[in-house]
Amino acid sequence: MHPVRRKRLITIAIIVLVLSGAIGLVLYALQQNINLFYTPTQIALGDAPTGVNIRAGGMVVKGSVKRDINTLFVSFNVTDFKHTVHIEYHGILPDLFREGQGIVAQGKLLSNGTFLASQVLAKHDEKYMPPDVANALKQAKDNTPSKPYNDN
Amino acid sequence: MSWSWFHKLGSPKWFFQWSKKWAPPVFCLGVLGIVVGTAWGLAFAPKDYLQGNVFRIIYLHVPSAILAESCYLSLGIAGFVFLVWQMKMAPIFIKAMAPIGAVMAAIALFSGSIWGKPTWGTWWVWDARLTSVLVLFMLYMGIIAIQNALDDRVLADKAAAVICVVGVINLPIIKYSVVWWNTLHQPATFSFMKKPDMPEVMWMPLLICVVSFYLFVAGLVIWRMQTEILRREHRASWLKTEVVGDGI
Repeated sequence: MHPVRRKRLITIAIIVLVLSGAIGLVLYALQQNINLFYTPTQIALGDAPTGVNIRAGGMVVKGSVKRDINTLFVSFNVTDFKHTVHIEYHGILPDLFREGQGIVAQGKLLSNGTFLASQVLAKHDEKYMPPDVANALKQAKDNTPSKPYNDN
Repeated sequence: MSWSWFHKLGSPKWFFQWSKKWAPPVFCLGVLGIVVGTAWGLAFAPKDYLQGNVFRIIYLHVPSAILAESCYLSLGIAGFVFLVWQMKMAPIFIKAMAPIGAVMAAIALFSGSIWGKPTWGTWWVWDARLTSVLVLFMLYMGIIAIQNALDDRVLADKAAAVICVVGVINLPIIKYSVVWWNTLHQPATFSFMKKPDMPEVMWMPLLICVVSFYLFVAGLVIWRMQTEILRREHRASWLKTEVVGDGI
């Protein structure tokens, strides 16, 4: 390779390597801020601050959802299968909200450990299935309380 | 097999002649594939048990997101080639490709937003995946802006190439954002290691869409490079013969 080109190649390689290293360190240092939500374990360990706006995420525990008949109040537990957080929310839930679904709630952690949510977002996974397959699976197992989507 | 045809593509003259033959079939195949893939996906593929018909946005969202990243990777390679070997075709490619990549990133962000509202419950959330794709879009904007802003063409091409190369660092961040951090966005639909987690009737049209998006973009970029060659080499005598030969 021509020496001038070799020099340019090495210069560019060094620039890119140093920059990647710098960005990698920045991302590593900011890890806690880049994470969208606190897991129930982090909350149980006291990593999450109380009284300020944060997000908590986890799986809605089956059988834990309690709705108020007269208002939009709803309470449920979320878990990461190690610890559980109790969440209280007053508002409209997303369509995908159901027991066993992953959710992310925004709100404040109270000192008694209850999470008072101002917004609830639903997560979904990358597994897609036609309704009839889902029904067949459900009949086969029949222990999932999840309701298949039914419009039209 | 000889690689001379490949090396010849580095010269605007050879590329111009080659592109006249290849751009139309590649582009048409891409358009045909997009029509077949989206029609299959939107009308004939089954809906999702959980999300219903909203799920069908995947047939636009995933191809555009994959292309937004692939286009940037190609820009990074072209930028690198230009900075080291100073090939004439590299900045022409960057100039032709950057707006296409920007549009792909914009479609990915826009369709993702429309998908997010009914499923997640929000148009936008500052999680690692969404934010890093927004950064990708901004990088495209930066490349387009700097290549057009500087009057000195060599300097403009070099500056754009530097952004192209440096911005490649963002690609692994986008790819692994859903693995490294907890995000609202779900993990990748397609991966090289395993089959997608959906039946064939759902991923087959998606695969057709992804492949035909690639063909569509390839055809489009070859055409745009032709235009850019016409603009840059308008004084060259070979181009005059070429254009006169076409009867334009």
